[in-house]
This record gives sequence, structure tokens and C-alpha cells, in this order.
Amino acid sequence: MNIMSLVNALPGAVAQGLIWGIMAIGVYITYRILDIADLTVDGTLCTGGAVCIMALMSGQNIWVAMLAGTLAGMLAGLATGLLHTFMGIPAILSGILTQLGLYSINLKIMGKSNQAVNVDKYDLLVSLRYIRDVPFYRNTILVVLVAIILLILILYWFFGTELGCSLRATGCNDRMARAQGINTDFCRVLGLMLSNGLVALSGALLSQYQGFADINMGRGAIVIGLAAVIIGEAVFGKIFHNFGFRLLGVVLGSIIYYLVVQVVIWLGIDTDLLKLLSAVVVAIFLAIPTWKSRYFTKPVRRGGKQ
Amino acid sequence: MLEIKNISKTFNPGTVNEKVALDDVSLTLEDGDFVTVIGGNGAGKSTLLNAIAGVWPVDWGQILIDGQDVTRLSEHKRAAFLGRVFQDPMNGTAATMGIEENLALALRRGTLRTLRSGIKNHEREAYRELLSKLGLGLENRLTSKVGLLSGGQRQALTLLMATLKKPKLLLLDEHTAALDPKTAAKVLETTDMIVNRDRLTTLMITHNMKDAIVHGNRLIMMMEGKIILDIRGEEKKKLTVEDLLHKFEEVSGEEFTNDKAILG
Repeated sequence: MNIMSLVNALPGAVAQGLIWGIMAIGVYITYRILDIADLTVDGTLCTGGAVCIMALMSGQNIWVAMLAGTLAGMLAGLATGLLHTFMGIPAILSGILTQLGLYSINLKIMGKSNQAVNVDKYDLLVSLRYIRDVPFYRNTILVVLVAIILLILILYWFFGTELGCSLRATGCNDRMARAQGINTDFCRVLGLMLSNGLVALSGALLSQYQGFADINMGRGAIVIGLAAVIIGEAVFGKIFHNFGFRLLGVVLGSIIYYLVVQVVIWLGIDTDLLKLLSAVVVAIFLAIPTWKSRYFTKPVRRGGKQ
Repeated sequence: MLEIKNISKTFNPGTVNEKVALDDVSLTLEDGDFVTVIGGNGAGKSTLLNAIAGVWPVDWGQILIDGQDVTRLSEHKRAAFLGRVFQDPMNGTAATMGIEENLALALRRGTLRTLRSGIKNHEREAYRELLSKLGLGLENRLTSKVGLLSGGQRQALTLLMATLKKPKLLLLDEHTAALDPKTAAKVLETTDMIVNRDRLTTLMITHNMKDAIVHGNRLIMMMEGKIILDIRGEEKKKLTVEDLLHKFEEVSGEEFTNDKAILG
């Protein structure tokens, strides 16, 4: 239990938390804004990573590779969206179907279950080697932080536009949205594409960061995303009211999640149990609103005036 | 203005729950008509309004608004012609969005939503003025979340949203039924004010016979998916609740048993 080993691991945890934070913003868009639990993301994260790595290996520039990964994720979102709206399949099932299909697609993209790139041979944007002993502008933490701030600014602008407002209205009350002439099906598809694009971008960054894309890299991603959203809201919900800050809160939630994971690993817990731990923690946090209303509300006396 | 030609709708056809909700209904509304609709539970009142709004396609028949056939148009496309207020105050507004944002959504009904700003500064002034006319103090709470408003405030706001962009037809589906009597009276008063001011063609469902008689220039009664009474003009003006009950018995051959409709 050497405290220095924990301290040394923290910058890596922050970098990872930031990269997963982009993914968590994607989850926030579907789960909080559109009111859909979109399970596509478990597959999309790998799709983004796989496309990015394969594009790099075929000699593409890093920006092109990341753009291709993001677009591939948007296509996955489109698939889920069409399953849900055009084919009338419940959202949660649509996500599961796409996710299952993506498993095969991801294997076909990579040709095998794992593809690695050497950080010395490719000009990567982020890497776990770029955490220390690099010029500050190459530092992965700074690079991802700048990317996140840009993304939040763009999303803040978008959700203030007419189109963005109609997406929010669709998620809040689709009946009202239709009565106000909003094409709710289109909004759902667009939201799913936007969300999965962000998740794939996160996957593209993650695969560069760890130096490989792996068929299992997205397993349980939705749970990590939800954990970030819930932690972010629990910790910063009272102080962050502005939409942009709420998104920042989600990213911070993701960082907190990875710091906690790092501490848990440092404490020497069996890492095989990490996913179980995440699932239990998220389940408890998701239950809190129900428990609060069921067991902790004071009974209101009725008919007091009579 | 509105022409409904022989529309029919059956829910759950071919099952034990089969229900003929609309049975060959035809109805024509003139420009500026304010029609009240009454009838017992399951008479087809709400189904008629939903058919016009395009919530689902009708099995048969044709619906024209201002001469344009809208029978095959989807719900959100038809919304360009319609203003709607629902029975449940929760249904008409987006609770997690601000009052001004809700109004801005309504102002853009029937237009293509683009990447222009969702609400412009000059709109806020107009919203403040319109809200102040409701007399509910909402004009000082433009950015408040609609979820914080009372049922009556939400219905008044929904009414404002439905008429912000003048609709060709206003559909009110028992919009005061969920409110306490005092608030209901206030919302009805606002309804009259807006309908008269903008000379809106209106279909208003109510469970209250007195309201149905007092408001509007025409009254229709529905039963078992059919329009069984249609009273207008001078006859409507002289109508009393007793007349209405009497007429109902005459037409239907049974007693009007819905206490809610008599006492309400």
C-alpha cells in the first residue's frame, strides 16, 4: 500500500475519466434529454475505436481517422433510431439489437478481436504515454479537456437552437411536441445519432489512449456512462443549473468515477469484481429517487380546513 | 373551415375489446363557429378530436381543413393548422422547459425548425405582454420551469400556446375537467376572451352541460360514436339544461344517466 503508487496513477485516472466523460455526455443526451436508455453505446464505443485504429493503420491522418470513427457511431445511432421509430420497436430493445449486430460488425472492421497501434509509429493525438514528460500542449489531459470544452460549447449552442429545443421538448413531453408541430420521430433519430457520434468519438480517443481497440472495450459502457451522469448530478446538481455546466458536471462525474476506481484498485480489491461493483453502485444511485419518495416523504395531511 | 365526411374508427378490431368509437360521423364547421361537444363517457368526443388532430389514422372517411385534405397527414404536420389543449394539464406543456421556451416552441408551430436561435430577445417582450393579460402573474416568471406551475396556470399557458400562432381550428379536449371549479371558471373565461378576440373556429368538449350551453354558438351531443343532436343559432341561445335532457331522451330513447354531466 504505497501512497506514491496511487498518486502516480491519478493523472492516468483523470485522463481516462475525461475521455469517458465525452461518452457520458452522449449518454446524458439520450438518458436525460431524450428520456431513452440507449444500450447501443456498448457497441458504439468499440465501433468508434475500431474504425479509428483501422483507418490509422491504413495510413489515414489522425483527424480523418477520428472523424471516420465518429461518423460510424452516428450510423449506429441511425440504425437504433430507425428500429425505434420506423419499425416501432421499444427503444431499449432497439439499442440491444443494434449493439448485438455491432459485435459482428466490429469484428469485421478489425478482422480479429484486437488491433493495436504503436504509439511510436503513429502520430496519435492522445496516449497514456503522453501524460508525463511531454510538452504541455501534447499532454493528453489538456488535449481532451480542450476538446470537451469545445464540445460542451457546441452542444450548449445546439440545444438553444430551434432544432435543439424541439429535441428537448420531444424528450420531455412527446405528445405536446407533436401538438406543436414537432416531428418527434426525426428528433429521436437525430438525438440518437448525436449521442452515438459522441460515444464513438470517445471510443476513438480511448483506443488511441490505450494503444489498441478491443472487441470487449465497450462492455458495460452504458453503466459507466450512467454512473458518470448520476455522480455528476449528485455532486454538482445543486450548484450547476446552467445546461453547459450540467454537461461539465457529467464529465467531472466521470473523472470522480475513475478516481474512485483507481483508489479501489489501489486498496487491492480483486479487479474481476470491478464491473459488479459498478453495477451495484449505479443500481443504488438509480434507486435513490424512488426510495426518497417512498420512504422519506412526510405524509401530507388532507382536509385540514374542514 | 372544417369538413368531416363520414369518418369511422374502430379500436381493437377483431378482438373482444373491439369498440366502435366513431361511426360514420360527418360534421361541417363554418368560419368562426364555436362548437361545444357533450356526451357521456365513451361517446366518442375525444376520439373525434383525436381523429381531427391525426393522433392515429381513421379507418374510413375524409377530413378537410380549409378545403385541404389532411386525412393522410401525420400528427405533427396537421399541427400547423391546429391549436390543442388537453384534459390533463401535464400534457400540454414541457415541464422541464421554461415558460418562455414553451411559448417559443409554440410560436414556431408549422414552420421548419432550423439552427436559428430557439428564442429571440424581441419575443420575450411580446410573451410578457400576452402573459400579463392572463392575470396570473406569469409575466414576471418567464424563465421559470413550467413544472413549477399549478394545473390552472399550465392550462392557461397551454391555451396561450395553442393560440399564439393563430390556428385554423382550436381543439379543446375537456380542458377544464381536471381543475377546481374556481380555476375552471377562470380558464373558461380566458378561453372565451381569446376565442372572441381572434375569432377562432373552435371545438370544445365539456362534461358540464351548463358550460356547453353558455359558451359557443352551436352545441353537438354525441352517443355511441354518433352525433345525435346538433343545436345552433337562436335555438342554442334559448336552450336550458332541462331542454337538453328532454331532447336527449327524445333522440336516444333512454334517460340521461350521467350524473357528472348533469351536475358538473
